Amino acid sequence: MAGATLGAKPPGSPLVGAASRRRNEAFVRIVLASGAIVSIGISVAIVLSLAYEAALFLASIDLSQLVAPGWFPRRGQFDLATLILGTVIVAGIAMFLAAPIGLAAAIYLSEYASPRTRRTVKPVLEILAGVPSVVLGFFALTWISPNVVQAIFPTAQGFSLMAAALGVGILTIPLVASISEDAMRAVPASLREASYGLGARRITTTFRVVLPAAVSGIMAAIILAVSRTIGETMVVAVAAGATGGSLRTVNPLGPGQTLTAAIASLATGSDQVTGSSSAYLSLFFLGLLLFGVTLLLNVGASVFVRRTRQKY
Amino acid sequence: MASRSATSIVVQGSLRARSRDWGGAVLQVLLILALLFSLATVLVLVFDQLSQALPVFQERGVDFLTSDLSSNPANAGVAQGILGTAIIAVLVSLLAFPLGIATSIYVEEYAPDNRFTRLLVLNIRNLAGVPSVVFGLLGLSVFVAALAAAGVGNGRNLISGALTLTVLVLPIVIITSSEALRAVPSTIREAGFGIGASHWQVVRKLLLPAASSGILTGIVLALSRALGETAPLIVAGAVLGSYSNSGGSPADTLTGPYTALPVIVYDWARRPQAEFRELTAAAIIVLLVVTILANAVAIILRNRAERTW
Repeated sequence: MAGATLGAKPPGSPLVGAASRRRNEAFVRIVLASGAIVSIGISVAIVLSLAYEAALFLASIDLSQLVAPGWFPRRGQFDLATLILGTVIVAGIAMFLAAPIGLAAAIYLSEYASPRTRRTVKPVLEILAGVPSVVLGFFALTWISPNVVQAIFPTAQGFSLMAAALGVGILTIPLVASISEDAMRAVPASLREASYGLGARRITTTFRVVLPAAVSGIMAAIILAVSRTIGETMVVAVAAGATGGSLRTVNPLGPGQTLTAAIASLATGSDQVTGSSSAYLSLFFLGLLLFGVTLLLNVGASVFVRRTRQKY
Repeated sequence: MASRSATSIVVQGSLRARSRDWGGAVLQVLLILALLFSLATVLVLVFDQLSQALPVFQERGVDFLTSDLSSNPANAGVAQGILGTAIIAVLVSLLAFPLGIATSIYVEEYAPDNRFTRLLVLNIRNLAGVPSVVFGLLGLSVFVAALAAAGVGNGRNLISGALTLTVLVLPIVIITSSEALRAVPSTIREAGFGIGASHWQVVRKLLLPAASSGILTGIVLALSRALGETAPLIVAGAVLGSYSNSGGSPADTLTGPYTALPVIVYDWARRPQAEFRELTAAAIIVLLVVTILANAVAIILRNRAERTW
C-alpha cells in the first residue's frame, strides 16, 4: 500500500517540474484512478442488482412459501432450509477432508521438505488448484461416486451430496495448503533455532513453536476455505443430482442441492424462467444470501489475521 | 583424534538422543501421505479421463475438434466451444489486464494512505472471494440486460459473457500485480527519482519492467481461471444444447448464441447416454490441455520471478 512507498514520494514544491510534465502526471493519475473506481463500481452494482431483485422476489411470494417440504422453485416451493442444510453438509464434509490434508501438506512443505522437493511438489498442488471445477464435478460423479462413496457405503446413490462434497474438498486442499504454508514460512527461523537450541525435536518445534506462531494465518486459511466450499458451484451441480429441485434432506448419501447448485440448475433452464416470475427472481435472492455469507467470512478472515497477527 | 577429554565425551553422550524419534518418523510419513493424496488425485483424474476419452479420439480424430454441437453423439464436436473460449480469452485479456494493472499501479504507487484507499483495497480483496456464480447473476442483470436494451441481439452473447468473466478475474489481476509491484525494493524508486525521473517515468521505465514476471504470472493465472469457469457463463446465458452458427461475419459471432469448452463439459455431463460420457471425457481432455498449459506457463514465469534483490 501507499504507506510502504512513503519514503519514495516525489520531492515537494521547490522541485516541481515543468507545467507540461505536471499536466502529464495529473493525466496519468486520473487514468489510473479510474481503474480503481471501476472496482468499486462493480461491488456497488452487485449489491444493488442483487438487493433490488431479491426484494422483488420477497414481494412476489407469500413468505410462508419459504418453508415447504422442499426446494421446487417452478412449483412455488422455496424451502430455504433445504438449501442451507445441503450447503452445510457439503461444506462440512469438504472441510473434513481438506483441512487436515491441506494443513499436513503445508507442514510438510514448510518444515520437512528439502528446497528441491518443495520446488518439484508445489507445482503439482498448483495444477490441482487449476483444474476447472466442472471437470472435478464429472470426476466426482463418474469415479469418486462408484469407486469411493458406493464402495464404502453400499446404500449410497449414484448422485450424492457425499460424492460432491469430496470433490469440493479435493478442490479446496490447495487453497488450505498454500495459505497455511505461507503463514508457517513467515515464522522467523530464529524461533525454530531457539527451539532446537533448547533441545526440542522437529515434531516438538513444529507443534509447540511454529504452529502457534502461525495460528492466525492458518485460521484465515480455514475461514477462506469454508467460504470457498460454500461458493463452489459446478461440482455440486454435476455430482449431487437433484436438478429439478430437492426434498429437504439430511442424508449425504442421496441427491441434494446447495445454494450455489440451485442457482446453476435454475439458470440451466433460464430460457423458461426469464422475466419476472418468482422462480427467476429467486436466483437473485439466493445470490444475495451467498454474497452476504461469503462477505462475512472473508471480512472475518481479514479481521482475524489483523487481531492475532504478531510482529516479529 | 588422539585424545578426547572426558568433558567432550559426556557432552556428546548427552546430546545423542537415547532412542529413535518414532513419533517424528510416524508424523513425517503421515505428512508425506497427505501430499501424495493430492498428487494421486491429479494422476487418477487425468488417467481416468484419458482412458474414457481414448475411443473418441481414436474413432473421430480431428473431426471431434472441428464438428459443431449436435444432439447426435456420433456427430457432436467441440468446435463452437473452442471458438467461444478463444474469443473470450482475447476479450478478457483486452479488458481485464489493462484495467487490473492500472488499478494496482494506482493503489500501490499513487493512492494516498487514507480511508478511501483502505476501503478500496478491502473491497478488492472481498471481490476476489465472491463465489463465481454470483458474478453470473451480475452479468445477467447488468450486462445481458444492458446489451438487450441496446439492441445487441437478446443480450446473451460473447460480449456479455466476456464482460462477466472480466469482472470475475479483475480482482485476481489487481491482487497479484499489486504484490509484484510491492516486491520491487524502494531503492529502485528512489534511484529513479534521484536522477530526476517523473513519477510516471519511474513506474513505466523501472517498476513495471522489474515487476513484469510477477504481473505476467497473475495474468496467466487469471486467464486460466476465466477459461475454466462454467457457472457464471451458464447463468449469464451461454447455450446448453446445440445451436447453428449465426452468419459468418465476426459481428454475428460476437452477438449470436455462444458456448465455451467448460459449458460443453457441463452440458454433456448431464446427459444420460453412455456415448455422451465418452464425449464429456474427450471435451475435458481438450479443456485440461488448455488450462494446464496456461498454469504451467504461470508456474515457469513465477519461478523466474522469484528473484532476490
